[in-house]
Amino acid sequence: MKIVLQHLTKKFPNRNKKQGGDVIAVSDFDFEIPDGKLVGLLGPSGCGKSTTLNLISGLEKPTEGKIFFGDEDVTDLQPQDRGVGLVFQSYALYPHLTVEKNIRFPLENLKGDKKLSKEEMAERVKTAAKLVQIDELLERKPSELSGGQQQRVAIARALVKTPGVLLLDEPLSNLDARLRLKTREEIRRIQRETKITTVFVTHDQDEAMSICDLIVVMKDGIMMQMAKPQDVYDDPVNLFVAGFLGTPAINIFEGKMKDGRLFIGEDAVLESDEFQNDRDVYAAIRPEGFRPDDNGPFKCRLERLEVMGRDVSIISAHDGVLNDTGLIRSIVDADNRIDPDSREVRFSLKPHKVFVFDKETEERIRFEVADGR
Amino acid sequence: MDGKVKLKAWLYLLPAILFLGAFLVYPLIDVFVYSFEEGYNFATQTFFGTGFYNYSYVLRDPYFIQALKNTFIIVIITVPVSTLLALLISLGLSSIKPLRELFQTIYFLPYVTNTLAVGLVFMILFKKTAYSDGLVNMLINFFGGESVDFITGPYAAKMFVMCLYTVWIVLPFKILILTSALASVPKVYYSAAQVDGTRPFRIFYRITLPMISPMIFYLVITGFIGAFKAYSDEVALFGTDLNSAGMNTIVGYIYDMLYGNSGGYPSFASAAAIILFAIVLTITVINLLVSKKVSV
Repeated sequence: MKIVLQHLTKKFPNRNKKQGGDVIAVSDFDFEIPDGKLVGLLGPSGCGKSTTLNLISGLEKPTEGKIFFGDEDVTDLQPQDRGVGLVFQSYALYPHLTVEKNIRFPLENLKGDKKLSKEEMAERVKTAAKLVQIDELLERKPSELSGGQQQRVAIARALVKTPGVLLLDEPLSNLDARLRLKTREEIRRIQRETKITTVFVTHDQDEAMSICDLIVVMKDGIMMQMAKPQDVYDDPVNLFVAGFLGTPAINIFEGKMKDGRLFIGEDAVLESDEFQNDRDVYAAIRPEGFRPDDNGPFKCRLERLEVMGRDVSIISAHDGVLNDTGLIRSIVDADNRIDPDSREVRFSLKPHKVFVFDKETEERIRFEVADGR
Repeated sequence: MDGKVKLKAWLYLLPAILFLGAFLVYPLIDVFVYSFEEGYNFATQTFFGTGFYNYSYVLRDPYFIQALKNTFIIVIITVPVSTLLALLISLGLSSIKPLRELFQTIYFLPYVTNTLAVGLVFMILFKKTAYSDGLVNMLINFFGGESVDFITGPYAAKMFVMCLYTVWIVLPFKILILTSALASVPKVYYSAAQVDGTRPFRIFYRITLPMISPMIFYLVITGFIGAFKAYSDEVALFGTDLNSAGMNTIVGYIYDMLYGNSGGYPSFASAAAIILFAIVLTITVINLLVSKKVSV
């Protein structure tokens, strides 16, 4: 089932009454989540991801805008009438019930013609438990399970009603690093098997990049970009998206466009027809966008090398750099022999790894490099 | 453990051991001993013999039978009624937002009010005087009923006032405990239940109640013990001569045997105290067994 959000806005009254005004948690969301896809809502804390999820689940009512599941307008429907499965960050398993009873709980609430017999319930519980591979643990209490197992129970409980939409709120944040890797694969597998439209919230870009079909990048309640994971990385629409995605982080510089060339400090690093009109810009360069080149135009002061084996991180400095550390991190193939004792390192840049943003709006300025590289 | 450390530990415990031993353990044993010594006399420290005579006397004493009956009626009526009422009020309190604090304060007032002051209020409500029949009787008269003498009248009327008084006085503490128990149930369970389409009664029965059940059991157990030890509330309503009012309780009976008009019978008092102890112990053990069975 596809999910359509139309001009969705959620305002909360300001807690601090003296300040007045409303806090806008979600501002004018307008996008469509295609049927059967796994979509990640990605953004820093407090950007409105969880609020968006709660709006889709129906736990929160939107201030403005509409939500459609398929062609049906569900904006005014209660959560239980929307047919969503929701997995909470803390799992919210009922501690006094066994795993089996936890999973069966939603089924027991069904009434009218949806009511199930005992045997049907047992069958559905078994199927859901098998899907998340916890059929051995049905008699246990939640407190006797590991974090990962609890997570699976929570997913099974959300799936047992066969909802049209599965929503996961920070599903991996309570797991340790190793389990996190395993569980995200697991979520991907379950989503593929059930083909259920899934939305999950995360602040971890690796999580979003690795398993999502689509990523929605959010900041301060505003949707920044919605695209395939690789596209969000390769083609960010603004400075925030470029800076938020990628580890190590993108390098950001104070730049200037002049006479068909892009300057960082004194160095004219790229040439393009689009660089004609004079203006100040931000230039952002991915760590892998640097190519060591003795005759390269970008001259940096070499600070140190970090050898990783397969590749080498070159840590250098430049006057134009705006990174928090004040240093540029570039990652190059270990075949490049850099003299660690030299004072200077020179780079030429891979144009498709360089993004230019307007200094005022921070929007992307697209350009074509003259020689087409 | 190292001998020196052990010695130190005992040294730290010594003050408590001394005080508890002298003022709690020794008297407890003493009461037990007294209860088997016939006709013990404080002044002369003498007694006639030993045996079960004290127990058989107490158990045949009509005043004790009356006190036993009163106590059991108070326990059986007030504990369930007050716990249920407290649960209802707490549920109400936790589901309203405006004025919640005001209501919480109002419900808590009886707890900080002196028993005897509350007794006075009840007198105004229920007592017949030369000038008035009390507020409640005025209400009854207004609706066309006949005046009832709640304080010196029929047994049922007196017991009604007694139970009402007891429920009212124990309610605040129970409400306090239950509202905080309700507040400590994580909200996310209710969200989960809501998404699953759970009806309100089922949410209460399957989620809220199991989650606060430890607190409910705590209140029931302490409620039973407290109600069995009732005495001052009776005095507040019916005065010190509870036997003639027919409203004595077991603790009242023990007190009367020691110091009352018929006082000076420590052996009978001890026997009655031991009987009360046995009853409370039995009920508490049953309570604990039930609570274990339910919560597992």
